Amino acid sequence: MIHHHPEKARLFVLDDERAHWHDKALWFVRVKRDRAAATVPEWEGLRTAAEGIKVHTLSRLAEYLEEFERKATANGIQVHWARDGEEHNRIVHGILEKRGVQRMVKSKSMLTEECHLNPYLEARGIEVVDTDLGERIVQLAGEPPSHIVMPAIHRKKEEIGELFHEKLGTPRGLSDPTLLTERARAHLREKFLKAEAGLTGVNFAIAETGGFVVVTNEGNADMGTTLPPVHIASMGIEKVIPRLADLGIFLRLLARSATGQPVSSYTTHFHSPLPGGELHLVIVDNGRSEMLSEAHRRKALCCIRCGACLNTCPVYRRSGGYSYSYLIPGPIGSVLGPHRDLAGHASLPFASSLCGSCTDVCPVKVDLHHQLLALRQEAGEEKLLPFGKRMGMKMASFAMARPALFRAGGKFARWILRVAPGLARVGPGAVWLRGRELPEPPTETFADLYDREMATRPEVKS
Amino acid sequence: MAKVGLFIPCYVDQFFPRVGLATLRVLRGLGLEVEYPRDQTCCGQPMFNTGCSQEARPLAERFVRLFSGYEAVVAPSASCVAMVKLQYPGLVGDTPEVRALASRTFDLSEYLVDVVKVTRVDGEFRKKVGLHRSCHGIRELRESRSSERMDAPFDKTRQLVSQLRGIELVELERADECCGFGGTFAVTEEAVSCMMGRDRIADHVRAGAEVIAGYDMSCLMHLDGLARRDGTKLPIVHVAEMLEKARLSR
Repeated sequence: MIHHHPEKARLFVLDDERAHWHDKALWFVRVKRDRAAATVPEWEGLRTAAEGIKVHTLSRLAEYLEEFERKATANGIQVHWARDGEEHNRIVHGILEKRGVQRMVKSKSMLTEECHLNPYLEARGIEVVDTDLGERIVQLAGEPPSHIVMPAIHRKKEEIGELFHEKLGTPRGLSDPTLLTERARAHLREKFLKAEAGLTGVNFAIAETGGFVVVTNEGNADMGTTLPPVHIASMGIEKVIPRLADLGIFLRLLARSATGQPVSSYTTHFHSPLPGGELHLVIVDNGRSEMLSEAHRRKALCCIRCGACLNTCPVYRRSGGYSYSYLIPGPIGSVLGPHRDLAGHASLPFASSLCGSCTDVCPVKVDLHHQLLALRQEAGEEKLLPFGKRMGMKMASFAMARPALFRAGGKFARWILRVAPGLARVGPGAVWLRGRELPEPPTETFADLYDREMATRPEVKS
Repeated sequence: MAKVGLFIPCYVDQFFPRVGLATLRVLRGLGLEVEYPRDQTCCGQPMFNTGCSQEARPLAERFVRLFSGYEAVVAPSASCVAMVKLQYPGLVGDTPEVRALASRTFDLSEYLVDVVKVTRVDGEFRKKVGLHRSCHGIRELRESRSSERMDAPFDKTRQLVSQLRGIELVELERADECCGFGGTFAVTEEAVSCMMGRDRIADHVRAGAEVIAGYDMSCLMHLDGLARRDGTKLPIVHVAEMLEKARLSR
């Protein structure tokens, strides 16, 4: 079944109260981001610098990755390379199997979602517990994340209370966020203590030092990597930056863009394994090299997964994460998903009014809405547009290339609208009219008025 | 050859001729020589934004032929101007002719402020106005600073209309959120489009606006269509109509 954004969005919008609640919750984060960004006088300069560093790094990615691997290996990190998600999962499972690990805790990583690591490991008898509170909520609910930074943003606190009652045994009707969080903490604490391995994502890998950085607000990555003896980190090839000095630019942008905080609660630098422990790093391609090879797609690899484009997107806020067919929703997902499989995500480039707010909010200046527009052309070339749309545009183009036909057609259409407005209720007119009125059709066009106006002397006023 | 080529988008010609007329009067009122090339139709944006570049291309090529001779091309529509300025080079070829045309094509507000260098507006508009700057004017043409950006604020349209006597520009909760028109988006994503529009109207109503002013009739047509359906009394007005009777000077 082809997943069609407009249909999912329509269902979301149908629940008006909930849709507005969702919109406001995310707009609140956007406003927080605005306030935080406004405190940094050099904000736009930081964005330009971050973009420059990312674009530069991508231009010689192989060199930086190899430099990173050398330094990391020298630090005692065991580096693995995975061509795709399957290979990544195999590597992770191999590490765990060799050590007889049966319980693993995991902090947030969109990459492992992309690789479908959890089901892979669970099918092989390994318990995987997501330890980020939002991730744990959606894991308990058996859902994918609906947002890349706030995975459970679509759930109201009452619904989380119900879920916790069912899964964690909290009293029925408990919906106080603090009490629910405390219960989750106690539940997760046990998991941390029993875990034999911890897996984290990677926010930034630094070629110069061979170290990497993980940013969280809950400290769950730290807890999950300091107790168990085995730490596995998974990163996409695009996460590397050249120097330690570059890191500050990204850290200043990341937390402010993501949640409006000046800095995340925990920014942890990993350089070497714990005494007596092991530190593995799996570097994953999974289609990224292909994206890198095409100039017009490359820019999307600059993304630092802050989620600001989701929070600002008027369509995401009003349609929710599950209306998108790709696991990353919102503008960046509507770019990344179709870059991987355009036919499978054909409605995503059109799930945007092209307002450009995503591009302006992006801390690394990914030209998101222009990429969406370019993807629409690709969809057109690959004949992925609905038949009606394509025919409509063909007919319109034919008429518009012939001024006489345009004028006659326009006159006829306006006449119909005046004498038989009901006839507008066919084709796209019917969809327009579902919630809106059409403009009143005037009897004269501008072309008619122009001739009369030009017959008069201009009234020069300046 | 006339100095200013008047670019009246197809739907403005057909549905909002008054806006075209107001634009013509504003430009002629400045003593400019204005000509409306009669064979113009559509710039191709609806096709292009739908992914039909093949269907958009012949229209863009016609446009280039019709408008290349003018010193400036001016339209009462930021969105259609953005199509010419930003998309034409990629669509019909990045030639010196196309690049020159792109650089000489302006939305009315930016033409008045940047080219004619209008600094004083002497006129009247006694209403509480909500200024709905369309996204393409803000984030493609940069006629005002977007709310996402943190550099120095500016707003070319506001600079003009705020001088009108009696005008009160209301402050919106979400200064520049999209109205949800978005071309064929309005039909393809009808549910979200209408919700966005209704939210935009509600913001204006809460702010006490008596009228929504803008520089793209497409957004205004969508908002007006929603307001009329819901029985909300919130008429629309184009910036050109607000400036039509004013005296503009450098």
